[in-house]
Amino acid sequence: MSEQVRILPRCGWGEAKWRLLGNRLTALALLLILLIALLALLGPLVSPWGYDTLDWQHLAGPPSLTARHWFGTDRLGRDLFVRTLDGVRLSLAISLIASIMSLLIGVTFGAIAGLAGGRLDGWMMRCVDVLYSLPYLFIVIILTTLFSRGSLAALLVALAAVGWLTTARIVRALTLALRRREFIEAARATGLSGPAILLRHVVPNLLGPVAVYATLIVPQMILFETFLSFLGLGVQEPHASLGSLIYGGAQEMESAPWMLLVPALFLVVLLLCLNLIGDGLRDAFDPRER
Amino acid sequence: MACVTPLTPASAEASPLLRLSGLTVSFDTRAGRTLAAQEVALSVARGECLGVVGESGAGKSQLFLAVLGLLAANGHAHGSARFGDTELLTLSPAALDRVRGRGIGMVFQEPMTSLSPHLTIGQQLTETLVRHLKLSGRAARLRALELMQRVQLSDAALRLSQYPHQLSGGMRQRAMIGLALAGEPQLLIADEPTTALDVTIQAQILSLLAELKRERAMALILITHDLAAVAAVADRLVVMRAGRVIESGRVAEVLKSPRDPYTRALIAGTLTLEGAAPVPAARPPNAGAAARPGACALTLEGVNVQFQVGHGWLAPRTALTAVHDVSLELPAGGSLGIVGESGCGKSTLARAALALLRTSSGRVVWMGQPLDGLPAHELRALRRDRQIIFQDPLGSLDPRMTVRQLIAEPLLVHERALSGADRDRAVAAALAGVALGEELANHYPHQLSGGQCQRVGIARAMILRPQLLVCDEPLSALDLPTQAQILTLIAELRSSSRLSLLFISHNLALVRRLCERVLVLYLGRMMELAPAALLYDSPRHPYSRELLAAIPSLDPAIASGRLGQVRAGEPPSPLSPPSGCVYRTRCPYAAAVCAERVPVFEEVQPGHRVACHRWRELP
Repeated sequence: MSEQVRILPRCGWGEAKWRLLGNRLTALALLLILLIALLALLGPLVSPWGYDTLDWQHLAGPPSLTARHWFGTDRLGRDLFVRTLDGVRLSLAISLIASIMSLLIGVTFGAIAGLAGGRLDGWMMRCVDVLYSLPYLFIVIILTTLFSRGSLAALLVALAAVGWLTTARIVRALTLALRRREFIEAARATGLSGPAILLRHVVPNLLGPVAVYATLIVPQMILFETFLSFLGLGVQEPHASLGSLIYGGAQEMESAPWMLLVPALFLVVLLLCLNLIGDGLRDAFDPRER
Repeated sequence: MACVTPLTPASAEASPLLRLSGLTVSFDTRAGRTLAAQEVALSVARGECLGVVGESGAGKSQLFLAVLGLLAANGHAHGSARFGDTELLTLSPAALDRVRGRGIGMVFQEPMTSLSPHLTIGQQLTETLVRHLKLSGRAARLRALELMQRVQLSDAALRLSQYPHQLSGGMRQRAMIGLALAGEPQLLIADEPTTALDVTIQAQILSLLAELKRERAMALILITHDLAAVAAVADRLVVMRAGRVIESGRVAEVLKSPRDPYTRALIAGTLTLEGAAPVPAARPPNAGAAARPGACALTLEGVNVQFQVGHGWLAPRTALTAVHDVSLELPAGGSLGIVGESGCGKSTLARAALALLRTSSGRVVWMGQPLDGLPAHELRALRRDRQIIFQDPLGSLDPRMTVRQLIAEPLLVHERALSGADRDRAVAAALAGVALGEELANHYPHQLSGGQCQRVGIARAMILRPQLLVCDEPLSALDLPTQAQILTLIAELRSSSRLSLLFISHNLALVRRLCERVLVLYLGRMMELAPAALLYDSPRHPYSRELLAAIPSLDPAIASGRLGQVRAGEPPSPLSPPSGCVYRTRCPYAAAVCAERVPVFEEVQPGHRVACHRWRELP
């Protein structure tokens, strides 16, 4: 009989977790990300150099074990190992915070628009359309110059201001699909108010797809931050981000190639891993793909 | 009637058209090899109809897919399947293709998946005819038209130039049958051909299949979970469970004296009108109080619900009238059934009654208080008295919440003062009330069976002790044995509390068991409103009669007799309803007056109303 108890040991998230780790490539990417994050946190403690200490003995020196400049030094004699890991840390932190900010704004905005529907939805989405059609690079340049150049807050605001638009659109589409589901009507019939339905039923059901999207937005943010720093609009000297390091390395490409290769390698590996995790998450949450 | 005329058993045994013996179907999966069918032996002769019955997952579909060489890549078939003199299992793909085209035709449950969406019906038919019968293009087109007329597709010539999505489900199934007949097969295999269709259309398709079988002396295999369909059409019957044949024999004999307990359970689970004595507990214990005049729980006065269709701008906006001028009264503790085909507005009416959607005009009055124009928070507070159970048991439960959270949610809204411990106690009591174990409280909906999900939905609706329960097709997504259990549960709840019931269903046999009064809706309009006993014994409206004729029966004589009364026809589009009486386009008694004037919803006798110009003259 169909009435018999079928006990499955895992809930939705648990199942997704196992599918995620079962994917070898994703598991490897996760491991690599963890290693890089750990290295970025602990690496600078191991090295005798600080991010802004100048070593006059080794100007633009190649990687060497004896000088304890494992990744070499830049033109001013600053240790690249410490600066690169510092850059990784800063890039990761900035992009994580910016992603979270844009997710918070985007999910709230999109969910409200999707659930409200009708005229409010129309106006809210037209706002997004207008913001979309503004050239984002100009906005960012204006924002960063409005604040003092190189202020981290300005950079974060600029990143989030651009990032939330796509999030809002995706979340609205997801909410529209959710709104037609019967359990939302069941909640209305029970007597829940609009905000209660949003918090109790819509947002929790958005988490899965949004989590997938979030892992894909983080690498975008890293790339964007790197790009801004490369243009000189982002993180300022003496601090380093991957973008400013790559810019510095590009100047010395012919005489000291390690100055470009090391931060570029870190950037590529980081982006690749995050994208792989995002793909893996998407597959894990959508078992139909298997 | 000829379809149940028994073939002599000797002739059936002598020349089986298809004979399966020791057929085993298995699938390689990650968890190892699973068996879909084991050692199945059965046969079907020319001019005979074999019903293959079983619940979903019994392996009946896979069995015949294996016979046709259509198994998925990880499937294997062993044993023997002989079609005439040919062994099908060892046939080359090209030879199998010829057999599928000319020897065996196949009809599937959802015709949309087997018809190509970007070719017209005519193109698909002529293609088949040209390929298998080697007809010229012109001859093929003529033949296609003939076929469409044979399967009683209305406006056959027009349908040929249309795409599958432009046809209704019933029309698509007719076209699909026409397509299967194109190669003039000796055997037609119909896999759940009526499951996705409305009751009336179901009966039409079954009657068409029976006719075709008789006319062409074709063998027919009807794969279904519905015993009543088999009773109406089949000569012999095979019951399958978990991949094995557990009982077989002549339909009348098996249905009359089943040997296997599982067959008995299936028969007991089929809701028919004959066995439909109202569930005894369904009567409210305090019927006297309910009959007190003026004690109306819910009153609808001239309710209209319209939807705007089209987007404005370029496509002109038109109003679709889903519910048209419906007035009814539901006494406290009373029960009303709303029946009609899908699209007749019964779900819309229920939602209007719950103020889940806005009425265009008319009033909904709850306990003497009009609900229209009530501020949102007052309306929400009133919702605790009026709850609803949905059609899709899984879809109406939030997948991210546990059973405990789901059942407790109404308390969080309406009983905020309740302590956590009290709430847990209430949830435990609610679980016990729907006969679910407390160990299920921490499960998620997808870990439960359909029946358990529906019980959770009922517990959630009942935890606030509402005064009105609206059931929107609560059983149609469930397996037969589960249907009977949930039906009994609803009846018990009704007898234990003074609950008013609004029960929506397309199944009249079901409504009979639960409801004192029945409202028949067609195209959003009231056709007939009567006490249940009167409606079933002496229906006045021709549409009520049509619905009654479509009720399944397990007595082959009654079932096939009812099929004989089935008439073709489908509801018109609610965007352009016919003038006068909306039912006249399908009505066998339609007269000139029916097209001119809208019939009055007049009283036949106290408590019995009908909207028909000619009810007095009808036989």
